[in-house]
Amino acid sequence: MNRLTTFVLIVVVAFAVMGATTPSLLNNTNLGLDLKGGVEILYEAEPIIEGGVVTKQALTQTAASLEKRANKGGAGEPEITTEGKDRIRLKIAINTGETEQEREEALNKIRDLMKRPAELQFRSASGCEDGSYCKIEMYGSDFKEGSAGIQYDELNRPVVRIEVKDKSLLAEVSARLIGQRLAIFLDDELKSDPVVQTALTDGTAVISGQGSRAEAQSLADVINLGALPLKLSEKYTQTVGATLGKQSLQDTLFAGVLASVLILIFMIVFYRLPGVIACFCLIIFVWLLLGIFLLMGATLTLPGIAAFVLGIGIAVDSNIIQAERIRDEIRSGKSIASSLRAGAKNSFRAIIDAHITTLIAAAVLFFMGQGVVKSFAIVLMASIIANILTNVYLPRVFLSMLIKSGRFNKPSLYGVKESEIHAL
Amino acid sequence: MHFENRKFNFVHSSKKFLIASLLITIIGIVAVAFRGLNYGIDFSAGTSMDISATKVFSKEEIEQFITGEQFGDYTLTVSENRSTIRFKEALTEAQEKQIKSDFATKFDPNASFEVNIVDPEIAKEQENSALIGMAIACIGIVLYVSVRFEWRFAISAIISLVYNAFFVIALFSIFQFEVNLPFILAVLTIIGYSINDTVVIFDRIRENLRFTKIKTNADLDALVNKSLWQTLSRSINTVITVLIASICLFIFGSSAIKLFSLAMIFGLISGVYSSIFIASQIWLYFKKKQPLKKVAVKAPNAS
Repeated sequence: MNRLTTFVLIVVVAFAVMGATTPSLLNNTNLGLDLKGGVEILYEAEPIIEGGVVTKQALTQTAASLEKRANKGGAGEPEITTEGKDRIRLKIAINTGETEQEREEALNKIRDLMKRPAELQFRSASGCEDGSYCKIEMYGSDFKEGSAGIQYDELNRPVVRIEVKDKSLLAEVSARLIGQRLAIFLDDELKSDPVVQTALTDGTAVISGQGSRAEAQSLADVINLGALPLKLSEKYTQTVGATLGKQSLQDTLFAGVLASVLILIFMIVFYRLPGVIACFCLIIFVWLLLGIFLLMGATLTLPGIAAFVLGIGIAVDSNIIQAERIRDEIRSGKSIASSLRAGAKNSFRAIIDAHITTLIAAAVLFFMGQGVVKSFAIVLMASIIANILTNVYLPRVFLSMLIKSGRFNKPSLYGVKESEIHAL
Repeated sequence: MHFENRKFNFVHSSKKFLIASLLITIIGIVAVAFRGLNYGIDFSAGTSMDISATKVFSKEEIEQFITGEQFGDYTLTVSENRSTIRFKEALTEAQEKQIKSDFATKFDPNASFEVNIVDPEIAKEQENSALIGMAIACIGIVLYVSVRFEWRFAISAIISLVYNAFFVIALFSIFQFEVNLPFILAVLTIIGYSINDTVVIFDRIRENLRFTKIKTNADLDALVNKSLWQTLSRSINTVITVLIASICLFIFGSSAIKLFSLAMIFGLISGVYSSIFIASQIWLYFKKKQPLKKVAVKAPNAS
């Protein structure tokens, strides 16, 4: 097949594929809270009991319980991670409410919900008229921290064994409630309601009736969490109203698209044929970058968009270095085909060195940074990788296809005047 | 090589530019020492509140409102239907809610807020990690350049890189623009970019060294001049394209990245300058100290 036809075919197919997939790529890209509205809070956890320590276990359990609470509070896709030894980062998007005020209220409700320490209660139904568990008999803090564990009874069924701080309290409660149920509540949610079998005088209780080991483990976790409640205080918060977030997204996208169009025009005017090829490769680059985001499950934030635009800048630079070099080679009197070969080869080193230095800076940001800094770094690194794939090799391949077709041999197509060419 | 005479001689004028750069640096040091930096809440703790209302209010109205809220010292900037309030203190959650609901009832129920609250402890931590991050990035780049090139290139590159970063910091100090996390991102990106530029030029110098016989210092001067001219249109065009992007973001982008874009604009321009007038010239200075015979013999063997 003719090389020119091949090239045209590639262009047509590429645009068809990109055109077909871009809408779904854009729709599936995760937007950061700064672009869609929501709240990000960095909590610092402190033990409620004086002199207590924040253990890794307590922290992860607190994070898990926050996630449950957020889900129950109607927040869509809460993202909760632990950071360092005593921090929890929480991100929640606002997606309920018609007006800005309603959304604000929904947000406030969730924030209130989050800050309450996990409260574990043991309740009985004694004296309750409607048969509910209304009388609080014991609190999570009555139990020894981290003492809940799994044992197996004589029939090899998993049971949860817990230990109290004050033997007499458990003895009194259990003696009074023999034959009745003692319900375990976490955050007002019923976890289990075993029947008290005997008076417990040795300070330990065994909760049976757990179906599986996993079930028993989760009950033990609940009790341990309740026995070691952490108090959370907000150290850093960012709340963005949904309207403001959307406005930021629109403004920045507009700026990005405008910048891209101007850059493409500049490239075509200045570099002619290599410029056109560069534009084609740049469009593929942007498409590929969106795809990489989606595969990584990365979240696009405002600084991420800034890094994206800079990524385009870096990609343009690769094209410029290569196009300039090809021009130089043409001026030195080489044929177009050998100018391409020499130009591509000679510019490769400079391009790779430049990319690696930027990659070093991005990697440092990634490992050092948190929050916005991290998302900026991720986009920058992804764009460098996408760039090496699409803007270092691809322009060379396309250009050589066109040149070999024999129709693009005029130096003016490369922005070189005949008078500038030296005799070899 | 006939065109060298007609074109601007970078090396010949290098002293003037180095002195100018030195002066700029001194002015910068004075500015940073006396005016300091206008730290945003990311590094100094506090609260920043951006209000986007659906109606337009006068500055007096909003001023009166915030003073009435009594949440301590604040600064206010109002532009059309968007106001930014900066409180010195990190507001509590309750205070934040109060100000939002008061604004909604008094002025505009459909106002949209962006609120950032930074605790002093976190602010200190962010400042430290930003500084450490910058230092590590610089060290990484120096090591890479030393391995790929030679130590002279690495030292020159790092001097121009530090100058470049400092230039932007100094400008932010002089104009008292706010220094926040996005600003640090911008400085790091500028470092990445200006090193790009420097590396491309150094790469050309190295390449030319392989094909040129260096007998005298004048040959070395000519070589640097030639390399700079060969890479000049690439340097300028690259900067133009990235400038286009930064200026678009600055004018049309969201207010959260305005300062980022501004720092980029400063840094890009100073980046080209420092690659040409500082990095290459310092390298030349070091190279001239090297015995000439070695210069000719020692040709890097890349590719």
